[in-house]
Order: sequence, then C-alpha cells, then structure tokens
Amino acid sequence: MLELIDVKKTFNAGTINEKKALNGVSIKLDEGDFVTIIGGNGAGKSTTLNAVAGVWPIDSGAIIINGKNVAGLPEHKRAAFIGRVFQDPMTGTAATMEIQENLALAKRRGNPRGLSWGIKRAEREEYHELLKMLDLGLEDRMTSKVGLLSGGQRQALTLLMATLKKPDILLLDEHTAALDPKTAAKVLELSDKIIEENHLTAMMVTHNMSAAIKHGNRLIMMNGGHIIYDVKGEEKKNLTVDMLLEKFEEASGMALSNDRMLLSKHNDM
Amino acid sequence: MNLLAILQSELTQFGNALPGVISQGLIWGIMAIGVYITYKILDFPDLTVDGSIGTGGAVALMLILNGVPVWIALIAAFAAGCLAGLVTGLLNTLLGIPGILAGILTQIALYSVNLAILGSANKSISVDKFPLLLSSRRVAVSGGFAVFGWEVGKCVLIVAVLTAVLYWFFGTEYGFTIRATGCNSNMARAQGINTKKSTVIALVLSNGLVGLSGGLLAQYQGFADVNMGRGAIVIGLAAVIIGEVLGSAIMGKRFNFVARLAFTATGGIIYYLVLQIVMQIGLDSTYNKLFSAIVVVIFLAVPYIRNAAKTSYGRAAKNAASRAIGKGDSEDA
Repeated sequence: MLELIDVKKTFNAGTINEKKALNGVSIKLDEGDFVTIIGGNGAGKSTTLNAVAGVWPIDSGAIIINGKNVAGLPEHKRAAFIGRVFQDPMTGTAATMEIQENLALAKRRGNPRGLSWGIKRAEREEYHELLKMLDLGLEDRMTSKVGLLSGGQRQALTLLMATLKKPDILLLDEHTAALDPKTAAKVLELSDKIIEENHLTAMMVTHNMSAAIKHGNRLIMMNGGHIIYDVKGEEKKNLTVDMLLEKFEEASGMALSNDRMLLSKHNDM
Repeated sequence: MNLLAILQSELTQFGNALPGVISQGLIWGIMAIGVYITYKILDFPDLTVDGSIGTGGAVALMLILNGVPVWIALIAAFAAGCLAGLVTGLLNTLLGIPGILAGILTQIALYSVNLAILGSANKSISVDKFPLLLSSRRVAVSGGFAVFGWEVGKCVLIVAVLTAVLYWFFGTEYGFTIRATGCNSNMARAQGINTKKSTVIALVLSNGLVGLSGGLLAQYQGFADVNMGRGAIVIGLAAVIIGEVLGSAIMGKRFNFVARLAFTATGGIIYYLVLQIVMQIGLDSTYNKLFSAIVVVIFLAVPYIRNAAKTSYGRAAKNAASRAIGKGDSEDA
C-alpha cells in the first residue's frame, strides 16, 4: 500500500538554520493499516506526512504507493492517491466557495478537469446524503459558503472531502488539535467510522497519547527524525500511556518533556 | 433666474455627455472585469494591465489601419492581452518572481512593445475611413437617439456576452480550479489542482479581456497612445470596488457571481459619471489621475473605517471606563 524507504529530508541545508527533519524513515504499511504517530515537537511526525503528500521534494529515499515510486511527483499529482486533513481547519477547505462546490472539487481529485460543469445535479443529491451522515445539519446549507462554518464543521467537511474519492492513503495531521475536546472527540469518532467503513489505509499524527492508543491498529513513535518504536495488534491494544512514556525514555535516552503530551496524558478520547 | 439658467445649461451639458459616459464606462468596465478576475478571484495584484490595455489598443488599431476586419482585430487584441498575461504568469510561477513585481516588469516591457507596434508615440484612426465598431463621434446626442442609442447598446451587448461567457467558465470544472487556487492554494493542491497552471490561465484570461477593452477603447477614442494604459489599474480597481460596494448594498445576500460582474461593469460607468460631474464643476483634466487615486482610496477606506469605528480600542477604553464607574466594586456580586 504505502512504503517509505530510508526517506531523508534536511531543511535549510548548509545554513545556520539547518534542520535534519527526517533521518532515514522507513516503514511499510499494509492495506487497511491505521497508524497513529506520536512524538515530541520536531520529531518528524508532520514532516513524514508532508513527505508522503509531496509538499516538497525529499532529499533521498523512496515513497512507494501501490507499487509505484511517487517521490518524483509534485504535490498536485500525488493528490490522486492521497486524502488529507490538516491541523488548521482553515487549510482544508475553500472558504469563499459553497459547501457543495468544495465537495465537487474533492470529487474530482485525481481526475483531469475540463469545461463541463463544475458540479452536476446528480452530485447535489449524493452530497446531500453524505452530509446527512455527518449529522451536523450541513445537508440543509449546501449553498452556504464554507467560511461561515465552525472549525469542527470545517474539519468534518474536510474529512468527508478527503475520502469522497477513496484515497489509497488518508493523512490526518493533528486534525483535532485545534478543536475543543468535545468537538475533537466527535471528529475522531467520525474519522474512525469513515476509515472502517471504507477500509482505508491511514496515518494520523496526534499529540494525545491515549487517543493514539485507542485509535488505529498500529502505533509508531518518532524522535529526531527516526521511527523509534513501532507496535501493532494485541501488543498495541495493551499499551498504556505510562508504558509509552517509559518506552520513549528507553528508546531516546531522555524524558518526554513535551507539555502538550503530558497535559493530554489523562485526557481520555 | 440667472441661477436657473446656469443650472439648466449644466444639466443639458450633463445630459449630452451621458451616452459618452456610459459607453466609455462600459469599455473600462470590460477592463475592470479583467481586473476582477485577478484581484478578486485569483487574489493576485496584477499590474500587467497598465501595459496590456495599450497593447490591445495598439494591435487593434494597427490591424484596422492595415485593412483587417474589425472583429479579427479585436480577437487579435484579446490574444495580445493573453500573451501579456502569459508572460506575467510565467515570470511568477516558473521564475518565482513575486506577483506584483512580475506585473510591473511585464508592464514596463510592454511600453517598448506598444511603441514598436504603433511605430510612434500615438496613432489616430478616422471613423470616416474605417468601419470602426465603436466611435465617440457617433455618441453625440445631436446625432439622434437611433445613432447614439445603438452605440451604447453595442457596449451593453458586449458586456452582457462577456458576463455570460465568464459565468459559464467559472462554473466549469476548470473555473472551479481557478476559484479554489485564489481562495486557498494549499487546499487546491491537496485536491489535485496544479495551482501554477490555474494562476497562469487566470492571468491570461484577465489580460485578454483587458487587451480587448484596449482594442475597443482605441476605436472609441479614435487613437492609440503609448500612455493610454497609464493608471489603468487604478480605474479598474475603482470600478471593481465601486461595483462591490454598490452591489452588496443593493443585492445583499443575493449578490451572486453574475451580479458581481454586472456591477463591476456598472462601477466603470459610475466612475466616469462622477468624473464627468467633477469636471463639469471645474476640475482641470490635469487632475484626472489624482482624482481616480482619491476615488479608490475613499472606496477602500470607507468600509475599513466603518468597521474600525464599530470595534476600536478607543471605544473599548470608553466602555471599560463607563463600566468601572457604573458598577464599581459590585462587579463580582
């Protein structure tokens, strides 16, 4: 499905701000894997997702999606295989366009776009049904501009857009971090539902360790641009937050001193 | 008695000028629709237009002078504008030059190009010798309504057709990609849109329209001039902003895309209407450009100041002070 082989990326190489963001990341995802990614600030979690999405070219290594090396494809071409939800609810949608127009844009991800209508009548009915599933009342506001929606509503819509055309990989980059706890829980629940119903392969970055344990079938921990811990199946199910903290100290040789992670330690999701 | 006579003569003068004001306003309105595409839809401050309107004018004029049919000359003016937009687009997307600077560079380069096309700083064309589509000579009220009415009607028709075509285009899949690129390029790329390509296409289309309006303007005024585009962006912006303010005031929530384009063209008319009034009052035409700059400043500043007046630190301080005096220590009670 997705395989990263020794992916390396250095930002601002040769300058005083040089940052080795990815130091040879290798991981192979099986079809239907739902991987949660945790780690301290600057560990390379979001960078890994951006490398897969092709936000910038990687320095070396390979990114293989469905047996094809996509490392040479620019972001908009790789989008044919990838659905994305971002940390900032503003990033994933076009605020000045209607809800149904945003969905119509997402529906055509990976397809050539020509001079036929940007949204067709039959689509409106399809979107109406899909929006109903979100249970946010958006199905009655399909011609409203997305800019009028709340952050939670926008994330739910982005999630729907990312999966409207089934992606080979779904990338969730701390997509609940900007939401209040209640909305975050709802969006996470929705993510679970969509991933399960469509049998998607997904990667989710989170700062919330209990969420990382609760969701998905596999968990990886990153530090200093490396994957330092990779666990799946029964072993992952039996993890606790304390075990994760211990694991981190053991693997990285230092205590996990990230306020956001420690604060969210007991925040059950 | 005397005052009444003056008023009457002023009104007659204004009435006589009206058909010309509307025609000219609409021709600039087409240019403004081009500006609308970059400034509002693509969110790209494109200054190419100061050059491309002159290019369109020069190309159309020289072709007509050489016996080419008017409609072919207008298509060529459109195409020349498209080329200008393409240059700005490529400077920006391929060479990484910031948008505003890319536009300025193309604009300056076009000054030489326009001069080369014209062969001299200005060239005139006579409506008596060539079958021009539009001419200011025909919009004189003395010529009778049938003549000047049709002249204005042609302008309205051209704007209506362009509005219909753009409505269609921005409703297509491809039009959607340009709107998404202008609104949120991160989102657009994540949805598989080549944002560089859509940026270039929008600039090409926009400057094509500007070139077309230059071609119409050269015929209308009977000449093309290397300086005809100087400050065009400001007039275009004035029309866009006047149209926006007026349209949202009149249409409210129903201010849709077609209405926006129509009001942008109307904004051009209103700009020339106001210009006519201030000139009749006695503004020297020397100050035309100063005037257009001031109009844009006013229309940009008013919404901002209005908004700022609603929520200002000054007001917050006043509210806080009155609250402190009014409630005293009982705030927690």
